[in-house]
Amino acid sequence: MASITIRDVYKSYAKMQVVHGVNLDITSGEFVVILGPSGCGKSTLLRMIAGLEDISGGTIAIDGAIVNKLEPRERGCAMVFQNYALYPHMSVAQNIGYSLKVAGVPTAERTQRIQAVARILELEQLLDRKPMALSGGQRQRVAMGRAMIREPKVFLFDEPLSNLDAKLRVQMRSEIRKLHRRLSATSVFVTHDQVEAMTLADRLVVMNGGRVEQVGTPSEIYSRPASRFVATFVGAPAMNMLEGEVTLDGLSLLGGSRRLAVSRASLPVGSKVAVGIRPEAVRLVAPGTTGALNASVDLVEELGAGRVVYVDLDGAAFSVMTSEAVHPAPGSAVGLQFSEADLHFFSSETGSRLDVFKASVPVPAL
Amino acid sequence: MEKRVTFSRWSIGILFAVPQLILIFTFFYWPAGQAVYWSLTLQQPWGGGNIWVGLDNFRSILSNADYWKSITASLTFAAISTGLAMLIALVLATLTDRQLAGSRLYRVVLIWPYGIAAPALAMAFRFILAPEAGFMAVVNQVWPGFWDPGLDGTDAMASIIVAFSWKYVGYNFIFFLAALQAIPRSLIEAAAMDGSGVIRRFWDIQFPLITPTIFFLLVINITESFQDSFGIVDIMTSGGPANATNLMVYKIYSDGFKGLDYSGAAAQSIILMLLIIVLTIFQFRFIERRVHYR
Repeated sequence: MASITIRDVYKSYAKMQVVHGVNLDITSGEFVVILGPSGCGKSTLLRMIAGLEDISGGTIAIDGAIVNKLEPRERGCAMVFQNYALYPHMSVAQNIGYSLKVAGVPTAERTQRIQAVARILELEQLLDRKPMALSGGQRQRVAMGRAMIREPKVFLFDEPLSNLDAKLRVQMRSEIRKLHRRLSATSVFVTHDQVEAMTLADRLVVMNGGRVEQVGTPSEIYSRPASRFVATFVGAPAMNMLEGEVTLDGLSLLGGSRRLAVSRASLPVGSKVAVGIRPEAVRLVAPGTTGALNASVDLVEELGAGRVVYVDLDGAAFSVMTSEAVHPAPGSAVGLQFSEADLHFFSSETGSRLDVFKASVPVPAL
Repeated sequence: MEKRVTFSRWSIGILFAVPQLILIFTFFYWPAGQAVYWSLTLQQPWGGGNIWVGLDNFRSILSNADYWKSITASLTFAAISTGLAMLIALVLATLTDRQLAGSRLYRVVLIWPYGIAAPALAMAFRFILAPEAGFMAVVNQVWPGFWDPGLDGTDAMASIIVAFSWKYVGYNFIFFLAALQAIPRSLIEAAAMDGSGVIRRFWDIQFPLITPTIFFLLVINITESFQDSFGIVDIMTSGGPANATNLMVYKIYSDGFKGLDYSGAAAQSIILMLLIIVLTIFQFRFIERRVHYR
């Protein structure tokens, strides 16, 4: 159990800076997920915590002690790699017990601890096999066992589930969660899969372009995204974004073709904003319903439990998630209804969240 | 599943194989067959027929103390030069693999020695290791009589070992570096996370994973040290002093073409061939077992 404190950490390679001043506090026993698209610097950040990458600037402290100059082995972290990184010439037992062997733990104790870990991960029957003879899920478990046996202060996971098939991924996800509850070691988990991130995280860190966009619980991130990037990155299908401009009596959307009356706009008239609305917050109504935006249906995706209706709103793509038994035909006209409370506003220039629109009354669309 | 090319008629397949078969027959089986035949006969030095003598040539060679001395010299040369060339190459490759600055340059520069013909590099080393001028002369001035490959058999053997190793260090280096680079970086990182230091990581992870390459190079180096040493010996020592560097491959030449004992030389070449075959079988039988193929 250990806390991790990251202060103004940046990372640059010869010519390129890839992590730009990250600040992050991870409390002891917390499960933190770093989420971001590929190339956002999330793995680099994780590897800097592990000690596999040099820290170009700033400090990383584990339990209050700065670890910038420490070798990986001196930091008390264990890591699970994306491709498992199992030693191909060693058996499962040797793989799991390698760190103990290096540490000079006597054979008897080592065997006992390997057995204990194997029991938790249900690997007891496989201890004599080589990694070659294991399935993806089993390899994954061996990699976990190798990290667990050291009883580390910090667990680091570098996209450990991305090589597994969908079903196994869901299963391993819940196993990781259970394991964390059981060991309650501080864990940092890097992924680009938002479902993985939402389900695993105590706290979610969304990164983009080497910067932290937002830190918060999964529900905070979902309901109050701090930036346009977070809003569109988290949630599937992605949040709809409509470009607009503040007018005297509300908002003019999509270059003036639609107008939206919002109850109070404290931004100067003429400022550009992006209006976001989650597909699941939109209701499909009959075209022409008062207070609804009219649009035409492009495509309907059946999901079984519901469907995603893609509509065309004066040339802008817009999606609606519905679980009601409506099946609009492509080309037909529909009305889109939503409440003002579900709208998110972002500055068109900086992309950051604007909390200037406050209202509780339904939005009349003009 | 492996995909095999098949031909509708077997004769087409044979036609494709014929050019290669002709080459192998002309340049390997025919001369080798001739050597076997000559080794069982007594050739007239000036031409004009030969007499069947059975295994007499082999008996006379194997009862000759000079020949056993030559075998000992060859085995010593093979063992030390192979060991030296592989060890130095492995150290260099391991250092380069740790992303030493300029590793790209080493990769190019280190293959060059292998491209130099043995006699040419032997000429260079004859000057470099000359006792009367250059670096060794300075050493000789400090310790008079320390180094003279012209008089001291051990010094002469050391000279040809140095020259041969120098040539094969580059060759081995390329293979070692390729093998080391083929090990996924995450394995090394995982070992580092497991608390293993640089040296420990080498022995526990890298070394076991490059054993196929080590084995391959061992076979090649030993075989080449019996054959490719000719040019170096010829230029640097001519087998001397007092036959100290008269390796088997050089003795075949000097007995055959200088001593005009064609039959004895043919018998020697058969023995050398058998020795290499036996050594290679031995390596495959007993060393390959310890190799981890991935």
